[in-house]
Amino acid sequence: MPLWHHYHIPTTVEEALAHLARYDGKARIIAGGTDLLIDLQHTEKGAHTLDALVDVTRIQAMTEISASEGWIYVGAAVTHTAVVDSALIELQATCLVESCGVVGGPQVRNVGTLGGNVAHALPAGDGTTSLIALDAEAHVAWADGRREWLPIGCLFKGPGESAIDSTRDVLVGFRFRPCAQREATAFKRIMRPQGVALPILGCAVWLKLDDRSDHCADVRICIGPVGSIPARASEAENALRGQVMDDETIQAVADIACQTLHPRTSKYRATADYRVYMIETLLKQALPLAARRAQTGIAQAEGVGLG
Amino acid sequence: MSQLNLTVNGTAHTLNVPESRTLAEVLRYDLGFTGTKIGCEEAECGICTVHVDGVPVDSCIYPAFKADGKKISTIEGLATHDAEGEEHLHPLQQEFINHCAVQCGFCTPGLIMTSAALLNENSNPSEQDIKIALKDTYCRCTGYTSVMQAIKSAGGILRGDGPLPVNEPAVDEPTANISRSLKVPDIVDRVTGRAKFSDDYTFPDMLFARTLRSAYPHAVVLHIDTSRAQALPGVRAVLTAEDIPGENIHGLVHLDWPVMVGVGQKARYMGDAIAIVAADSQDIADAALGLIDVEYEVLGVVDNPIFAHSPEAPILHEGREDGNLLKHIKVRHGDIEQGFAEADVIIERTYHTPTTEHAFLEPECAIGVPAGFNAEHSKLTVYVGSQIPYQDRNQIARAMNLPDEAVRVRGVLIGGGFGGKEDIAGQIHVSLLAQATQQPVKMLYTRQESLLFHPKRHATVIRIKTGAKKDGTLTAVEAELYGDGGAYASLSDKVMTRATTHATGPYNVPNAKIDCFAMYTNNPPSGAFRGFGVTQSAFAVEQNMDLVAEALGMDPVQLRLINAQKVGVTTATGQLLRESVGLIDTIDKVTVDMRGGLNGSFRWGWQEGDKAYGWGIASAYKNTGLGGGAPDKSEAEVEAFEDGTVAVRTSSADMGQGLVAVLAQCAAEELGVPYERIRVLLSDTDLTPDGGPTTASRQTYMSGNAVRHAAANLREALTSVVSEEYDKPPAQLRFEEGLVRVNGTSIQFGEAVHLAKEQGIATRIRHEYWGPKTQPLGTGGDMHFAFSYATQAALVSVDLNTGAVHVEKVISATDIGRAINPLLLQGQIEGGIVMAMGNCLTESYIIENGVPWSTLLARYKMPSIKHTPEIISHLVEDRSADGPYGAKGVGEIPSINTSPAIANAIYHAVGVRVFSIPVDQDALLRAMRTGSTEVHTAWHDVR
Ligand SMILES: Cc1cc2nc3c(=O)[nH]c(=O)nc-3n(C[C@H](O)[C@H](O)[C@H](O)COP(=O)(O)OP(=O)(O)OC[C@H]3O[C@@H](n4cnc5c(N)ncnc54)[C@H](O)[C@@H]3O)c2cc1C
Ligand code: FES
Ligand code: FES
Repeated sequence: MPLWHHYHIPTTVEEALAHLARYDGKARIIAGGTDLLIDLQHTEKGAHTLDALVDVTRIQAMTEISASEGWIYVGAAVTHTAVVDSALIELQATCLVESCGVVGGPQVRNVGTLGGNVAHALPAGDGTTSLIALDAEAHVAWADGRREWLPIGCLFKGPGESAIDSTRDVLVGFRFRPCAQREATAFKRIMRPQGVALPILGCAVWLKLDDRSDHCADVRICIGPVGSIPARASEAENALRGQVMDDETIQAVADIACQTLHPRTSKYRATADYRVYMIETLLKQALPLAARRAQTGIAQAEGVGLG
Repeated sequence: MSQLNLTVNGTAHTLNVPESRTLAEVLRYDLGFTGTKIGCEEAECGICTVHVDGVPVDSCIYPAFKADGKKISTIEGLATHDAEGEEHLHPLQQEFINHCAVQCGFCTPGLIMTSAALLNENSNPSEQDIKIALKDTYCRCTGYTSVMQAIKSAGGILRGDGPLPVNEPAVDEPTANISRSLKVPDIVDRVTGRAKFSDDYTFPDMLFARTLRSAYPHAVVLHIDTSRAQALPGVRAVLTAEDIPGENIHGLVHLDWPVMVGVGQKARYMGDAIAIVAADSQDIADAALGLIDVEYEVLGVVDNPIFAHSPEAPILHEGREDGNLLKHIKVRHGDIEQGFAEADVIIERTYHTPTTEHAFLEPECAIGVPAGFNAEHSKLTVYVGSQIPYQDRNQIARAMNLPDEAVRVRGVLIGGGFGGKEDIAGQIHVSLLAQATQQPVKMLYTRQESLLFHPKRHATVIRIKTGAKKDGTLTAVEAELYGDGGAYASLSDKVMTRATTHATGPYNVPNAKIDCFAMYTNNPPSGAFRGFGVTQSAFAVEQNMDLVAEALGMDPVQLRLINAQKVGVTTATGQLLRESVGLIDTIDKVTVDMRGGLNGSFRWGWQEGDKAYGWGIASAYKNTGLGGGAPDKSEAEVEAFEDGTVAVRTSSADMGQGLVAVLAQCAAEELGVPYERIRVLLSDTDLTPDGGPTTASRQTYMSGNAVRHAAANLREALTSVVSEEYDKPPAQLRFEEGLVRVNGTSIQFGEAVHLAKEQGIATRIRHEYWGPKTQPLGTGGDMHFAFSYATQAALVSVDLNTGAVHVEKVISATDIGRAINPLLLQGQIEGGIVMAMGNCLTESYIIENGVPWSTLLARYKMPSIKHTPEIISHLVEDRSADGPYGAKGVGEIPSINTSPAIANAIYHAVGVRVFSIPVDQDALLRAMRTGSTEVHTAWHDVR
């Protein structure tokens, strides 16, 4: 069975919305297609023919990376490769390069997009984890004509369930604040060599040191999957704010994270016990790395391509 | 339909194609660029990689219209042509050939295109750069070591630094053609995209076929209604069991597998065929499947072999005296009680190995052309990449109610087999549809269908008890094996026999009692898979050996040396080993390397930073040939021509292992004709005699011998002609360099052929080679005519923070009698090792109550280039008297002991022994943290 009948390549968001409106729920957005085509071909969820696909990868506003007015803007149709290649993002939002850099292999990163990663709404999409730690906002063009900037967390309704209806709405792009002095980020994840290409656990941190450069002024931590949607580890964050960034504190923060986050056992991926161990492992890697970056101002992404 | 503009390899195309096409489909089916291969349609395997505006993408999930207006580069565009039209290969193509980084060649276009994108950006990539770039482009054959060399070498050429030297293994006594790494004929076609695999063939008016498979693992089919499907426009035939003119049955050893499950019959696994459809397009055939209505009566499921053996289990095959017991295999040797009474140490443990999948990169495909279709197809003809063409012919004929001779099977290139292309896949089904429609019919399985359908490696539960004296001498082995045979017998009987007879390991064990129960279950059938059961038993045997060594306080190498089989030892099946037992040499070679001259300071395990490291060692042996009393023969034909060329013909399969080269080398050696003048034709049941199944590591030995003898007989015939003509004694004639030399003068080989023809002497000679006689199990004597031996040492690291296991290095030494083509042989070893790493670390085909969970390649991860360790491989050439030039089999031996070597290494690294694979880092870390020393669960137990 053909999986879709028509393929449209609009060049503006309005045009894309108009196509979607015309098909009234029977057309769907495609960006890289690395999630969508596999869903359509191989899962029951996807096993119904669509009238049309609407390709958003030639809409200029959705494929740009730019910096202005104190924000970094990344279009939703920017590929993982483009994020990885961006010197701007590497310097000022290192974690995003690190997370986009471990998605799939080069062929997947060359077409897969950050927007697709978020719209697919997995609780541990690698791009998503970093965007949460960056406290990013998403720009959404709703079918009813509204355009709004929303905290990214608002887009997630459940595992694989997004507030955005990709048969009607368009996720246009993301923005977040670049790291200022004494601020830095880091992303790490744990994989297993078997089974599906989803992390056992991913962790992104954004860290701000105070003037003394060894105390945590502020922190955001996203570890997932823990619940059904990506979320911040607020107890661990609270335990770190104001503390000196030494091994003892990091151990204490890791202990609190292990006690307060309740990851589940998921079939063929990981046991809850193992995930708890991994919370500690990840925090002990990511927090000191972010602190080092904040102290030195040098941020070189690690692990790109080694996912 | 809508207009699509693409520039492919520099040429602009405007096409009217459905908008639902993927780029891979447009390239392959609309434009005929069949060099781009499809292996999964999941963005997993990467072999469909092409460049879009210079960027590598997976064309299988890339909508064609996404590429509208863009420039596409495919493998066909990589080589350049000069003004005279002569082809100049790209350095990557050249170096893939030179470094022997091409085996079956099915992945090659993808690997080369992915590498080309890398070299375009960086012509001096590090190993790490290569691993990053090729991480998601799979090769199931090579093990990637040669691929990395080839890429680096091509980079050297592009930079102007020149190529890297080829990493040739050292061999004894090379001759003009033997023990030389001659290139596989036609290998150029595999790097240019010209090589044609089954799906690359098309015929006029060809139809596309699909199979409706059972909705349940165990159910009676009550009713089938095909009327809605028949009515769909474009559907040309819908067939069920009722439409089979002959017998509705197939099977390699036991006839127990229905071609289609008819009304009133039982489906016994989810892969069972219920109906088949041929239609004008794949899309219509797919749609028709959804319109076939089937009613079932669902039955209880037998989901594992131990339950299968219990009285409560539903019976799969009614009327069998033994119920679900497919075969009880016994080895009895010496006095087991006495053996354990003499032991100072007894170790008894239970091991689990999973069902695993061949994951050859080319999914099954068969094309049937009806009898009388055109001049070339006067008979019903089936094109297929099969390991056993003659048996295919026989099985097709039985179902079609035709004599064997009325069917022609034409083998085409095989994109990997590893044992998984021995059973019938679509061969019979396309025959039925071709005859019914009187049109050619192609049945290409999707990857997902391939995963569901074909026989796998047996999951086993192995309890093994080993006894030894204080001095290390083994006194007894007792073992009980359960093998999951799945729904149909396939080769279970033989595979599990091998697991049983090899369950002593390659050691002198005076007393043994081994029982194996091969059971029917509602899981996919199990059959042949590289290692043929020995992979499973070795996992248990070799870990028990290390446990014994530990209990005795003895070095594991020492324990193996004390007990190693050597000439004069009698195996547990009663076979006195009289020659060609190179095991001790393999142990010595590996140990020297492993200890790296550090005899005093060598450690089996240590910690460094966040990692624990450990070495582990394991040995193995594997029979060459069918053995067990099965008549083992291969027939080959050698024909010489007046132009000085020679044709070699036999029905044996080259799945990438390089058999064509080996056979050509044998003929060249015997006839003294340059290797390039030998043409080999394989696997056409009308034109090539039966070489027997390509299984059991037997073809170098069997077909190699058949060709060698046929060529030698031909040489003798020519000798007598020439010696008479020139009046010289035959002993003075030498066949070399394409000449027949007599005391200073010479004539061309072709001239000798001409003379023979003039005199009416046959220049086409067939030889039927019979392997040395073997004995059935239980009767003593020679159960096999040769064994290959191997020892491997693995160095692993275990991440102390995550439990993740990485294989850093593998040292192997393999006794193959003689390396006829050393570089091809090294490819078998490297590929075998990496495949076996998958067996230990990544692979498990998961089935839940008869329903496969591993329905996608994304759920079945095989080793990728990033897993590739440093591999050092040594050859031991302990000649076998009857093998061609002393050779024995190599296909399987490298994949047998890697898993236990890794498991032993993990133990030395972290003090935890893994009894079930694939290794679960989760369970391993939990054991490390809680101080437990044994892990009895594997990845698939995480739930
Ligand atoms: C082999 C392989 C490995 C992978 N590995 C990883 C991994 O390691 N980590 C990881 O996180 N992911 C991984 N993925 C998943 C996938 O590649 C990523 O999630 C990718 O970012 C998806 O982006 P896309 O552009 O391809 O999305 P698409 O497939 O095009 O779209 C995904 C979904 O989002 C919708 N959508 C896309 N863009 C928009 C938009 N702008 N507005 C509204 N709706 C939209 C689509 O309708 C669809 O429902 C892997 C996939 C493959 C095939
Ligand atoms: S990735 Fe495209 S066929 Fe496998
Ligand atoms: S040569 Fe790579 S899959 Fe066969």
